[in-house]
Amino acid sequence: MAELDRPGGSPAVPSDWTYAPAPESRDVVHLRDRYGLFIGGEWLEPSETYETISPATEEPLAVIGQASVADVDRAVVAARTAFADGWSSLPGSERAKYLFRIARILQERAREFAVLESLNGGKPIKESRDVDLPLAAAHFFYYAGWADKLEYAFPNRRPRPVGVAGQIIPWNFPLLMLAWKIAPALACGNTVVLKPAETTPLTALLFCDVLRQAELPAGVVNIVTGDGRTGAALVEHDGVDKIAFTGSTDVGKAIQRRLAGSGKKLTLELGGKAANIVFDDCALDQAVEGIVNGIYFNQGHVCCAGSRLLAQESIYEPLVEKLKRRLETLRVGDPLDKNTDVGAINSAMQLEKIRELVESGREEGAEIYQPPCRLPEKGYWFAPTVFTNVAQSYRIAQEEIFGPVLSVLTFRTPEEAIEKANNSPYGLSAGVWTEKGSRILWMAQRLRAGVVWANTFNRFDPSSPFGGYKESGFGREGGLHGLEPYLRFDE
Amino acid sequence: MTRLPIKKTYKLFVGGAFPRSESGRTYEAEGQNVARASRKDVRDAVRAARAAQPGWAGATAYNRGQVLYRLAEMVEARIPEFAELCSGRDEVERSIDRVVWYAGWADKLPQVLGGANPVAGPYFNFTIPEPTGVVAVLAPDEPPLLGLVTRLLPPLVGGNAVVAVASEQRPLAAIELAEAIATSDLPGGVVNLLTGFRSELAPVLASHMDVNALDLGAANGAAAELEQLAAENVKRIVHGGVDVQSPWEIASFLELKTVWHPIGQ
Repeated sequence: MAELDRPGGSPAVPSDWTYAPAPESRDVVHLRDRYGLFIGGEWLEPSETYETISPATEEPLAVIGQASVADVDRAVVAARTAFADGWSSLPGSERAKYLFRIARILQERAREFAVLESLNGGKPIKESRDVDLPLAAAHFFYYAGWADKLEYAFPNRRPRPVGVAGQIIPWNFPLLMLAWKIAPALACGNTVVLKPAETTPLTALLFCDVLRQAELPAGVVNIVTGDGRTGAALVEHDGVDKIAFTGSTDVGKAIQRRLAGSGKKLTLELGGKAANIVFDDCALDQAVEGIVNGIYFNQGHVCCAGSRLLAQESIYEPLVEKLKRRLETLRVGDPLDKNTDVGAINSAMQLEKIRELVESGREEGAEIYQPPCRLPEKGYWFAPTVFTNVAQSYRIAQEEIFGPVLSVLTFRTPEEAIEKANNSPYGLSAGVWTEKGSRILWMAQRLRAGVVWANTFNRFDPSSPFGGYKESGFGREGGLHGLEPYLRFDE
Repeated sequence: MTRLPIKKTYKLFVGGAFPRSESGRTYEAEGQNVARASRKDVRDAVRAARAAQPGWAGATAYNRGQVLYRLAEMVEARIPEFAELCSGRDEVERSIDRVVWYAGWADKLPQVLGGANPVAGPYFNFTIPEPTGVVAVLAPDEPPLLGLVTRLLPPLVGGNAVVAVASEQRPLAAIELAEAIATSDLPGGVVNLLTGFRSELAPVLASHMDVNALDLGAANGAAAELEQLAAENVKRIVHGGVDVQSPWEIASFLELKTVWHPIGQ
């Protein structure tokens, strides 16, 4: 600022256009020192605990319960009791009102949740404020409306609730994934035992206060925190009728194996390695924005991230040049700063995984580019990264990195783009950039992926079904299709 | 002098052709020597199915409906032969009617199962059903014809290619059906029928990495083991009924694809 007020002259152009810090206030969040398990509408003291931290500073935030097999059993019993004692027989129009209430309370307390989400998960406040929270509230609002209209969604099928749903969610969109799971489950008349991710339990625990304000009957939603052991206990519990899991493909496969022959309903939303395909006739600047949004949104902690850029050879050089220049303007740092574009990596473990895969990229012969940026000393950070000279066989072109790391490959013809894009065991999402309408539809038809973004990327909406092909899982979340996993049909 | 009849050699149906098992093995069923397919025959059948699937899925829905309708025509023309290989004329007629019923679904599925989604933003967004790919079917033992038709048509009408294991005890109706399929304009490889021992073939199909979905209709108690094998590439598992007829049967072999595009000037 001093440069602007030179005495005796007109304001000079500052030599350095940096942003002043613009931190969002943390005052809106009131954390407790410790949280129990939310079972049957009450807070139960866990036998074991662990500490949850802010990944941006490694500062401890609260002590969290590690739910045991017995705790999970208590939660399932509470959910079963609530299911039998009225929730499942409540008229749909009454269930709807609870969900509408939850949506409204989330809107009212949106800032509090957004700050807490960024604090506990490391994502930029502008994302938790403008994406996670509005979408979470919208999801409850959308499914609230379905609760008394299920017969119209599934004519002649006599839809009925499944029973108790066990839900296991990831750490990349903690509250939003909770909304994706709980809203359709309750709308269909089920009760829920939900396990948040180990590293990001706080917004799910704060959500219990929303349930209190909404006066949701006790036991309809139970929240059990903990690590993989808690998740395993939930998967293996005989009293659970349906499992919904979002997370890694490895864990998804283990769950599918575990449930083999059990007759339990299962939906899996697993990993991805999406191709973002850029043709030479695209609107180049928009495509660059789409690529950046595709892979650096939420630090690349996105299962549908556009982690493989397929650039048409004829546009490769200007595209990569523009992309690198754009990367220099990304602001990496404090998740609570309103100007931050890329926040903290969610955990030490995830950072280690990203580093290991990036190292493999170097070793296999890819060329790495990282813009100059100063990373904070404390906390878990990784600079936005682009790999060029990537061969299809490299691990960075095959494996999900789940970090801010883009692998650039090239193609010449639309056929080759399809061949390369589909050359993956995953099939969650894909992107296409071209101004030619017929080519968009041709590509969209052939891409083996559950979501295709054409001339856009990473868009989400409660009315839009989301889910994978192949090893990216099965079942859809969102839209009318997102109801089906939570219903059985007396046809 | 009475004429000595020509007896049929019962073979597999793979890639539109009628090969023997590469293993050279047969087993006796319904008084006939029937090919006993091997692991390698499964491999060949999956390869044929994978090769044929894009063309079948890429045909227009109207065309797929007509081809399946023609399958009904081909069976209708051989009702007496089929009747001898199953419980009788009634089972054949019900099978034919079921084929016709499913044929009519080909060009109606996207409107019933998909649609436009009213997203909160300037985007056009739609969801359409697409075939999951290669489907493995364990056909029920009984009824030998209707059971197979019931499990075969749902994946087919949606644009999948199928590798089916016929009823082990009563495989002749399946082979007869293969002959009808071969003259129905269904492209070679879209349906592949294997005869043999289910306990030998089912685990190979369940663990095959290029099979996308597994219909356990006739797993008979082996379902848990097969489902475990199927998890290796996250196969879609279907517990198919023996005598059901519903568009939701088709839907269980379909993926849903959602496409977004901005709206602007």
